[in-house]
Amino acid sequence: MIQFKSFTLQNGLRVLIHEDKSTPMAVVNVLYDVGARDEDPAKTGFAHLFEHLMFGGSKNIPVYDEPLQVAGGENNAFTTNDLTNYYCQLPAENIETALWLESDRMLSLAFSKKSLEVQRKVVCEEFKEHYINKPYGDVWHKLRALIYTTHPYKWMTIGASLQHIEEATIEDVKGFFNKHYTPSNAILVIAGNVETEKTIQLVEKWFGTIPSGEKYNRQLPQEPPQLAPRHLEIKSNVPVDALYKCWHIYARTDNRYYAADLITDILGGGGSSRLFQALVKEKQLFSSIDCYHFGSTDAGLLTIEGKLAKGVNIKEGEKALNIELNKLQQEGISAAELEKVKNKTESAMAFEDMSVMNRAASIAMYELLGDANLMNTELSRYHAVTVEEIIEQSRIIFTENNCSTMYYLSNNQ
Amino acid sequence: MNRKIAPPIKDAIEYKLALKPYEYFTLDNGMPVYTIHAGAQEVIQIEMVFYAGNHFEKQKGIAALTNFMLKNGTSKRNAFQLNEAFDYYGAYCNRSCYNETAVLSLHTLTKHLHHLLPVMEEMLTDSIFPQSELEIYQQNAQQRLTLNLQKAEFVAGRLIDSYLYGEQHPYGVYTNPEDIDALTTEACKTFYKDYYLNGKCVLFVSGNLPADLRIQLNNHFGKLGSNNQKIIVPIIETLPAIEKKYRIENDLNAVQGAIRIASPFPNRHHPDFKKVAVLNNLFGGFFGSRLMSNIREDKGYTYGIYSYIHNHIQQSAWVISTEAGKEVCEATIEEIYKEMKTLREKKVEEDELLLVRNYMIGGLLGDLDGPFQIMARWKNIVLNNLDEAYFYDSINEIKTISAEALMELANKYLHPENFYELVVY
Repeated sequence: MIQFKSFTLQNGLRVLIHEDKSTPMAVVNVLYDVGARDEDPAKTGFAHLFEHLMFGGSKNIPVYDEPLQVAGGENNAFTTNDLTNYYCQLPAENIETALWLESDRMLSLAFSKKSLEVQRKVVCEEFKEHYINKPYGDVWHKLRALIYTTHPYKWMTIGASLQHIEEATIEDVKGFFNKHYTPSNAILVIAGNVETEKTIQLVEKWFGTIPSGEKYNRQLPQEPPQLAPRHLEIKSNVPVDALYKCWHIYARTDNRYYAADLITDILGGGGSSRLFQALVKEKQLFSSIDCYHFGSTDAGLLTIEGKLAKGVNIKEGEKALNIELNKLQQEGISAAELEKVKNKTESAMAFEDMSVMNRAASIAMYELLGDANLMNTELSRYHAVTVEEIIEQSRIIFTENNCSTMYYLSNNQ
Repeated sequence: MNRKIAPPIKDAIEYKLALKPYEYFTLDNGMPVYTIHAGAQEVIQIEMVFYAGNHFEKQKGIAALTNFMLKNGTSKRNAFQLNEAFDYYGAYCNRSCYNETAVLSLHTLTKHLHHLLPVMEEMLTDSIFPQSELEIYQQNAQQRLTLNLQKAEFVAGRLIDSYLYGEQHPYGVYTNPEDIDALTTEACKTFYKDYYLNGKCVLFVSGNLPADLRIQLNNHFGKLGSNNQKIIVPIIETLPAIEKKYRIENDLNAVQGAIRIASPFPNRHHPDFKKVAVLNNLFGGFFGSRLMSNIREDKGYTYGIYSYIHNHIQQSAWVISTEAGKEVCEATIEEIYKEMKTLREKKVEEDELLLVRNYMIGGLLGDLDGPFQIMARWKNIVLNNLDEAYFYDSINEIKTISAEALMELANKYLHPENFYELVVY
């Protein structure tokens, strides 16, 4: 059971404080309710580029990193399609340094031209390193565009093209900041060796005077149901053929999410999972196969991806995969198999919660979903899933019309 | 309130850091056990470290294969059933093979431990190395290798190691397709017999430990043949390459180059090692380092650049590593050498040095948070034949090393002509 105190400042900033006296450290986690899905389709990659610019100095503090490092702290941030999260960890006595830094950049960035110029280049190199200069690096670029016709999940966090990043202007940066980086669009979590009452005072001191700004009212075009199968075939300079199949699933807060999540573990979670055993070990049609989803806030995807074993035709691999899905739909699963994936979930949560940094981020993310206390009820939601629900959901999700398939073929063979 | 003024801080160097002591005992067969009991979560980690790394193999890849195949079949359970035995309880049983050692590890909720130790015992006494499992391993390993060879980072990593240590050395050796083809279950069985059944093993256990841990461990591992023999890690001479500069074209369509600049460096027992840890941080060890500030934050040539000391027991190396835009690779290398020159010729300012000290101590404080992290420190100390003085001396160096001493070290080690220089496009 994770304990915390939550309250909202007058300017709309939501604050949650979680005490843990067993650590000498404190974590300050600031989550902004903005991700790649909130971008202009003509200016994609901006939320992530912006994350880089948040380290380029704020109104009253020329550089972010140095004062934090002097205080013995370290920090990082990440951007997803849904949100942008900043976190720093430092010795608990120095927590005010982190509050000072975070509040100043929430108040206003410096909007330095040099920072924009440099970070445009840095992000372009990040783009190249992860998405161009690697075999299969552009897979999700292509898949998202195939699967989503309408919803802004159709582009990746890094952006749809290098060009969008290269063309970002300082005006874009200012507009984005004013629209999204306001107290009313943020969640502040403080965790670790802190006194709640004293921390509340510090939060009031540093964040209380920031103007609330306008609450961003998200109105995204929702993805219509997919009515027919989609196919895409790519030939590329990769060593082996790869198969990708994606099905639409549910939003993160939907009750059916839990069954869908457990299905990914049944099919693809480790050495005793169904697909690995049947397709890699027994039939030896694939050299590797995985089943996963992104846990995205809006309706997400369930993905199966596999690399074909040498000499195996991709259609043959796909057929065998469909047989396994069919088996799940027709024959269901035993109570023991369901128990196994529930145990796995319980264990994964316990290991995740060991670090105060993870706990802080989880509190922020559950608060974003509507209520931080979901964190404490999550396991019981998984335990409540029945064998019948797994079968029912496997029948609803794994239909041809709900599926997008990509053959990513090697042109060396 | 003036936002331009930083709040007061406690300098991290004023912190007294303590490494929580371990408990030590031996099993009936003499197997040493180190334990740390700590943490709020009901979890436990067991690491069984065998002296069965690639130093001991007579044929390339056998140490790694034997370690991997521990989970691929006993006379009672096949690979699926072994996996299932751990997966059912949400536990993780992993294998990893290093140069001197090879590890079998377990992570589980403490309440399930007694279901899992018997399975580990079975793997360590009754593995059968089925031919069919080897064939699947070979096929998939070949594919992975083909895929990795297309990645500049992978190619650069193995080439730089071979220049530093020589291809015949366990630290410099790498796998070719024919090595994978040559693997046999016979060789595995022999290696298993010599280095697992009759090998030498050290146990590291951390987390929320059950009261009867000692009895449980003794029941399952106290009769293993391990520790019957004195296994001595052979000292193998390195054979560094003569040629220092390399440019390799791996992919005609590459948009980046993988840059590795590296020089041989002594191991942890050398008096300079702890001091150089500070210099390395200043140079390229963290986000605020000279290399990162110049090459990423000022020039935008790369997404990230780091320097580090190889984590080897016998002989180490000092490495600078980055992926940079193809057209700016040479400019990046030039800047790396410029930063070496600055460190050799100009004393670091006290402000910057204090920042590095505080950052390192703060990092250590964070790193020691949690039973697994504390044990990781101890494991490093034990496996490198050091004692806790190493930990406290390291902290003392961070707190007290002078700007002059850092400049002297830069003059001793940071000369471009000592470094191998490699770019893989």
